[in-house]
Amino acid sequence: MSLISLSGNLLYVAFIAYLVGTLLFGGAIKSSKPDGAVSRADKWGKLALIVTIIGFLAHLSYFITRWIHKGHAPVSNMFEFTTAFGMFIIAAFILIYYMYRLTALGLVALPVALLIIGYAAMFPNSVDPLVPSLQSHWLTIHVITAAMGQSILAISAVAGLLYLLKSINPKIQSKSRFWMEAVLYFGVLVIGFILATVLFKGVGYEADFTYIDTQKAEQEITYNMPAVFGMNDYTLLTENVMNPIVEMPAVINAKKLTTVFWSFIIGSVIYIIVRLVARRSILSMLHPLVQKVNLNLLDEVGYRSVLIGFPVFTLGALVFAMIWAQEAWGRYWGWDPKEVWALITWLFYAAYLHLRLSKGWEGKKSAWLAVVGFAIILFNLIVVNLVIAGLHSYAAN
Amino acid sequence: MEKIICVCGHENPAGTKLCGKCGRPLTEEAKSSKIVDMKYDGAAIRSKTRNKSMVDKIWNFFSSVKVGISLIIINLIAASIGTIFPQEFYISVSTDAEKEAYYENTYGSLGKLYYELGLSDVYSSWWFQILVGMLAISIIVASIDRGIPLHRSLKNQRVKRHESFLKRQRIIAEGPIINGDSANTLNLIEEKMKKLKYKVRRDGNALLAERGRFSRYGPYINHVGLIIFLAAVMLRLVPGFYVDESMWVREGEMRAVPGMEGYFIENEKFILEMHDNEKTENQELQGVNVVAKNYQTNAKLYKQTDDAVPGKADDLELVKEYSIRVNHPLQHEGYSFYQMDFRLNEIKAMNFVLTNKETGESFGEVHVDLTNPQDEYVINDQTKVQLLGYYPDFSGFENGEPQTATPNPNNPAFIFKMTTPDKPEGEVSFVAIQQTVEPNGDNAYKMAFKSVETRNMTGLTVHKDSSIPFLAIGGAIFMIGVAIGSYWNHRRLWVEQLDDGSIRLAAHTNKNWFGIKKDIDAVVEFAHLPKYIDQSDDDAEKEKEGDSTL
Ligand code: HEM
Repeated sequence: MSLISLSGNLLYVAFIAYLVGTLLFGGAIKSSKPDGAVSRADKWGKLALIVTIIGFLAHLSYFITRWIHKGHAPVSNMFEFTTAFGMFIIAAFILIYYMYRLTALGLVALPVALLIIGYAAMFPNSVDPLVPSLQSHWLTIHVITAAMGQSILAISAVAGLLYLLKSINPKIQSKSRFWMEAVLYFGVLVIGFILATVLFKGVGYEADFTYIDTQKAEQEITYNMPAVFGMNDYTLLTENVMNPIVEMPAVINAKKLTTVFWSFIIGSVIYIIVRLVARRSILSMLHPLVQKVNLNLLDEVGYRSVLIGFPVFTLGALVFAMIWAQEAWGRYWGWDPKEVWALITWLFYAAYLHLRLSKGWEGKKSAWLAVVGFAIILFNLIVVNLVIAGLHSYAAN
Repeated sequence: MEKIICVCGHENPAGTKLCGKCGRPLTEEAKSSKIVDMKYDGAAIRSKTRNKSMVDKIWNFFSSVKVGISLIIINLIAASIGTIFPQEFYISVSTDAEKEAYYENTYGSLGKLYYELGLSDVYSSWWFQILVGMLAISIIVASIDRGIPLHRSLKNQRVKRHESFLKRQRIIAEGPIINGDSANTLNLIEEKMKKLKYKVRRDGNALLAERGRFSRYGPYINHVGLIIFLAAVMLRLVPGFYVDESMWVREGEMRAVPGMEGYFIENEKFILEMHDNEKTENQELQGVNVVAKNYQTNAKLYKQTDDAVPGKADDLELVKEYSIRVNHPLQHEGYSFYQMDFRLNEIKAMNFVLTNKETGESFGEVHVDLTNPQDEYVINDQTKVQLLGYYPDFSGFENGEPQTATPNPNNPAFIFKMTTPDKPEGEVSFVAIQQTVEPNGDNAYKMAFKSVETRNMTGLTVHKDSSIPFLAIGGAIFMIGVAIGSYWNHRRLWVEQLDDGSIRLAAHTNKNWFGIKKDIDAVVEFAHLPKYIDQSDDDAEKEKEGDSTL
């Protein structure tokens, strides 16, 4: 087996371990009877953690073998960066677990990591050559530290979600019930994206188009999903495939919009089926699982992970980024969208920390803030990388 | 200013919540609360004591944490607006009209609006800079407002605190010891707390164990770092602190370095290398055929000797020879040269052959060096070619006159006058790439294009930023402060032994209650103390609470 395929298999191992780990954590949490429940929970919890650590070691080995194969850190495209982010989330979870011994965190942390890795796997995992500006040790240090910081910050959202799962009563209509269900629905949409990609890839769907871009130049594009939205002034080149229903103006990337559309449709179908079969909201399915968690402790874990993650994030996403930018371009700061969004994330968590100084921003509000912070991190990962920064990325020097 | 005199006789400045000496609550609010507000240990902060003059009002505005947070959020939103469409400095057009057209053509009417509102250059707008300035003022004012009283109250801590202070802490215990000799209890506590790395002080029957006090200064240190950083950014405006110039140097050429008096740089060779990999899936997706591997300028930096004539490229001594690559700038005395751009295959010279149109007979070659075109090229005593006009970037005729768009040889054109033995009066011909005009009718001779010599050109930027050391100092102070405030915390345990030997205990930490509870658990067991309660665990919560591991 070559190094790169070994590396790929290790990632599979990690994925499966996390999947098993999630189920075991579920078993550890769901102890209904008081008699012996604690010791049983303990046993399951220990097992779940061992499986998680095995998964993490496999994941780390994937990372190291791919690094050796490429000769530089595997954090240079969407697939690589996102799988690394998933790995660091697991690492941060293990760290916080050993500080607080809070098994329940695994029940949220692992599925979040699974969704992230699944999402990553939908991007090409090719080993890409590096443009000159990316050939820098500072860049490697910057990206890895920033991802670590983000992952520790993400644990605050994990704790926040757990807090909300317990504290929101699914039987009483409220704003937070609505938004919590919306967050869970978003998780299902990610599954929708994964399924849509896998499905259409499985049948080998391809449709070639030419279109006119914003600079009035003709370009070619290949869709891998039935084109619901057509690019500006498109011409379909492939026979016997779906003709786009709506044509988009040149600023909008209709191919990406089509992907979003299909993810949305498939995700929603899954969501509706689940609700019809279970006859309950997802929140009310998860709510009973987490009845035993201590809210005060969760609140503290959430705050603590922001405290631990904030300095790491500052160092990675701002300080090291500035050092790299200074070395590559002679300017430590250039108001490039990625830089600005790192700054926004940083300001947001600074606001979080200051809000914690005043009473009344503990507990539920703070949990929501942590979820919003994670949403900003995901926005960086998805929208900034794929939509905003896409305007001047890869090929540019 | 009026003072509040506590029951214990201590005089406290107005606005104090807890007596500085004994800790008794002084305000109605403090007296009625179950857990007292321990921020700054109840010391008065300036903004809470004065609210008279205009200065006080402004001071109070900026010192408010609420205002500070709002400013952080407003800055965040303002910064995000700038990422909706690309900023002006990322689009490659220069004039205002072109910019406006670019935004309108690319992003439609929204783009036009974005440009017109000035959002396409948000970060240099006056209002954005004012927002950042207000944030800075807020940090400074709030830090002074709170830092000084905090420092005072941390410095002058009494060991003995009044019952009403202890009872209003979050963690409290009261009762007889579980077993052992109560006369020894305080000694046991001291022993254990010392082992847990607390500093212990005793005053009669009272004990104060304290750890990590320095961490309270963390936020103030990090705010100082931030302010130094922001001040350093402004240093750029000081003349001489900041140089940012760009220059083009052709291969084989030497040029004076702009902004760096007395220095010259020579471009020996510009190298562009491409990766020779198979096209990957990501390249396919992004429509990229080949990916660049290296941009490099082999450069020589020269310095003029001290007695040389300024601006003249003689009396030079070599200072440094270096291969400038992306991520590897040439550095010298605070100046750095960055590889930023390049232009390949610029025309350096053109070769023509003077040819008889009819017979095709050649009369000799003319080599026109575009950087140094001659007025006359003599082939032999009866044959010569005069260069009447040279247009490096020919853009068409205007009133019969050829025009040049730029001084760069992108599209060179020439007016030649060819003198030959059978046409001694000469024939005039206008020669451009793929175009020949013969103004006086049909010529017998032509300048036939033979070959072209090209060379590469490198685009370098020259930077000097003397504010960098200050930025680095500010950044380092920030990081140290933020680490101190985040990774350490301030824990205090007050114990008082009552006359009957029973124990009254209270504990406080600014963060990490989980950590301090572990310490207290240890000391409670070691010294057989009564069980403590956490007053913030509300009662409904406690019933559901299982073991704390879940
Ligand atoms: C981007 C700007 C800022 C950053 C990065 C920042 C950073 C921090 C950090 C990390 C802490 C420690 C928080 C904790 O340990 O929980 C802190 C505390 C604090 N900050 Fe800021 N800050 C900023 C702006 C401000 C502003 C504008 C104010 C104005 C009101 C302010 C006032 C405070 C106060 C009063 C504290 C608490 C100090 C204490 O605990 O004694 N900060 N700041």
